[in-house]
Amino acid sequence: MSILKNKLTLIGMIIIMLLLCAAIFAPVLAPHNPNTQCLSQALKGPCLDYPCGTDEFGRCIFSRIIYGARVSLEIGIAVTAVSAVIGVVLGMAAGYYGRAVDEIIMRIVDIFLAFPGLILALVVAGLLGPGIGNVMLALALVGWMGYARVVRGTVLTEKEKEYIETARSLGANDLYIMFRHLLPNVIAPVIILASVGIGYAILAAAGLSFLGLGAQPPTAVWGSMLSDGKTYLQTAPHLTIFPGLAILVTVLAFNFLGDGLRDLLDPRLKDKAWNRG
Amino acid sequence: MLNYISRRLLLLLIVVLGVTIMIFALMNLAPGDPAEMIAMARYGWENLTVEEVEHIRISEGLDAPVWIQYMHWLAYALKGDFGCSLVTGDPVLQEIIVRAPATLMLALASLIVSLLIAIPAGIISAAKQNSLIDYLARTGALLGASMPNFWMALLLILLFSVILGWLPVFGYGDLRHIILPAVTLGTGLAAVSTRLIRSSMLEVLEQDYITTARAKGLQEGNIISRHAFKNAFIPVITVIGLQLGHLLEGTVIVESIFGWPGLGKLLVDSIFARDYALIQACVLLVAVFFVLINLLVDILYVYLDPRIRYEKKG
Amino acid sequence: MALLSIRNLTTIFNCEEGQLKACSNVSLDINPGQTLGLIGETGCGKSVLGMSVLRLLPGNAVTNGQIIYNNQDLLSLAEKEICKVRGSEIGFLPQSPATSLNPVLSIGEQLMEGLQLHRGIVKEKARIIAQDILRSLGLKDSARTSAEYPHQLSGGMKQRVLAAISISGQPSLLIADEPTKGLDAVNRIQVVDLLRQLSRKTGASLLLITHDLKVAAALCDEIAVMYSGEIVEKGPAEQVLNNPLHPYTQGLVASLPERGLYPIPGHSPALLDDIPGCRFYSRCPVGNEKCKCQPVTNREVDGVHVRCMYVDQSGGAQQRIYGRGFQSEAV
Repeated sequence: MSILKNKLTLIGMIIIMLLLCAAIFAPVLAPHNPNTQCLSQALKGPCLDYPCGTDEFGRCIFSRIIYGARVSLEIGIAVTAVSAVIGVVLGMAAGYYGRAVDEIIMRIVDIFLAFPGLILALVVAGLLGPGIGNVMLALALVGWMGYARVVRGTVLTEKEKEYIETARSLGANDLYIMFRHLLPNVIAPVIILASVGIGYAILAAAGLSFLGLGAQPPTAVWGSMLSDGKTYLQTAPHLTIFPGLAILVTVLAFNFLGDGLRDLLDPRLKDKAWNRG
Repeated sequence: MLNYISRRLLLLLIVVLGVTIMIFALMNLAPGDPAEMIAMARYGWENLTVEEVEHIRISEGLDAPVWIQYMHWLAYALKGDFGCSLVTGDPVLQEIIVRAPATLMLALASLIVSLLIAIPAGIISAAKQNSLIDYLARTGALLGASMPNFWMALLLILLFSVILGWLPVFGYGDLRHIILPAVTLGTGLAAVSTRLIRSSMLEVLEQDYITTARAKGLQEGNIISRHAFKNAFIPVITVIGLQLGHLLEGTVIVESIFGWPGLGKLLVDSIFARDYALIQACVLLVAVFFVLINLLVDILYVYLDPRIRYEKKG
Repeated sequence: MALLSIRNLTTIFNCEEGQLKACSNVSLDINPGQTLGLIGETGCGKSVLGMSVLRLLPGNAVTNGQIIYNNQDLLSLAEKEICKVRGSEIGFLPQSPATSLNPVLSIGEQLMEGLQLHRGIVKEKARIIAQDILRSLGLKDSARTSAEYPHQLSGGMKQRVLAAISISGQPSLLIADEPTKGLDAVNRIQVVDLLRQLSRKTGASLLLITHDLKVAAALCDEIAVMYSGEIVEKGPAEQVLNNPLHPYTQGLVASLPERGLYPIPGHSPALLDDIPGCRFYSRCPVGNEKCKCQPVTNREVDGVHVRCMYVDQSGGAQQRIYGRGFQSEAV
């Protein structure tokens, strides 16, 4: 079972590498300009010229998917990075200082957890208006709580240990201890959360762009491509199939990576029944 | 127990206040003039005049400072008056009441679908670890969790409506209309629940008391249904309850795709129309629903686990 | 005719690290009405042996050999068949009372289950019988105990409930797995009394698995000593404990506090390791090259089977390697 798991993790990593390449080298890899309309070629099925067919404006779907990878990865990584930073800072403060600070921060976490995240993100992004930045802000706003909790938990156990006491007795101040000693111990669970988090952020962002938020036309975004495609479901299903497939494969890849990292970085969890296979 | 409940209700209050204040703040931070947007929604783009916009500004109280506007809203809300839809002019409460049953029905149907899939799949894959069913269940769960639900919806529509022609896409009325949306949401939920049920069951099956039960001579089926099931389910119930939150999130998109006349679609429409009164009320409802469900689940958990229900004696 | 006849039993666990041989070629006989003690240190495989009889081991365990009960080889029975044997013919009293009872079912329910299953007793009658059994085992307020849940009972009470469950099917053989583990002196005495009572009243045979020599001395007719998966000495209790032949048994006896607390140096070999010769060689004070490399033969001396090359055929010149013999004391 663990061999299969390792294979899956490897596949996940390869797919992510491919995505990164697609994102970075899009102009080179894409056979056509994603925004060039060619109405005579509209709604064509997959063929040699257009590997994934064309949409209602004759734009190459394959090229749009490649450029879409840029947007997706951008959002996924940015949102996760910001959420992680917020979460780590707050979690560290809560765990380290304890008492009042801990209470306040954990209450705030509870408040944010008491409301469905995607709906909050939808409301925030919707009210702020269209644009990638607003979607990123909204998703980061609802994604930090997991990191805060995990970091707080780790800090609570670590701060009682002797090496912290030693550092303190040598005159280190709080910030130094937090960054130099506690942070490295906290990194492992954060990375695990982050890898699955990127996948989830991409999924959520796709949902929001499906509804019309986020990057606006003519920018190629997977979610909105799906939305445009649904009108032509009967006549040209490839408009719907390929972008959706792209999202699925991307999120799967990050899930595989997250699973693999979990096995690698936290061997204690390996033996727990719920983590077997 | 009572203490716990009151703490949760306090949390609910804070959440409601927090979210509604935030929406009010966004309303003013957002680009665009609220009065203009309302006018556009009501009268259309072409016929807009400055007088009409100003008229709306005064009549809706949009000329007062934001915090006063919020106080107004709060005062009315406490009385049960959530104002009127800025678009249709109908009372907000009425709009919500009309749409609520549709969403509740969809939620219930989706929950049933998800349990029908997840419970057998989770139990069987735990009981027969590493068998074909286990493998299929785990793969299915992974795919289901990574798939966008709106894509799943479109694929289902493609298969069952377009190609096979068995089920209708839009509409609201009888069983046939609810199947596709419920299956879309249900499979998404099932993906997560299956994994949880499986892992919970696996942990339980390793326990010593299962060995005792086996030593008694009980057959495997009996062991699972009588001894393992309840133990495995107590932790799972809490998570299923939390899943209802995800269900809410799911209805927002799925209702839009299928044209299902529920609260999810109402929320999305009102966000794009900047119909603030409606947005506020919907959000409030979502908060209340979510917190209450979690509370109910916690109470259920206490009720089910004898270790908590009966205090330890000497 | 032996009640239970174990022949060349080998149990292997397939794990990630390799194959773990928990029991190696074990042969034992238990006669009707007899109490056989299986003693050895933690990890020697005695609990695994006990569980192998009823096939209670997890999926990655492979058991080879024969376990003959009632003219049937238990290892060859189908799942349904072995379920009929469990509880009603052969009972099992598990270790760790703290975790061996289902936390979400009441005591009464768990006890009645055995009664209803094997003796076909209806629910109402089963409830009464269950309470009777509890009372006979010293749980006076049986009606209340019946309705309670495991976490509400003390460790000693849980032990009795498990004992009640194990005999509820009226088995002819009871396998008791470390019944006194972790108990203080008072509770230990109670459990010994309990087991003595059980075997006398029901006439059942008892396979007592324990690391406690004194408990074994108090209860057993015969004793088998197990080391690193193998039976190294087997014979009448008095003889094995007072005149131990195998160096390991002598070491066990000598390590008792009353005998001077002489520890046996070193530790037992990992069950993963395949050793061609004697598995005790690395800790044995008298072993030689022959012991190290050649497979060990079984000898019989005065009715005691020993697995040791050092034992003289005549049986006489068995040097006392450690301390003095073991005197059976009141437990």
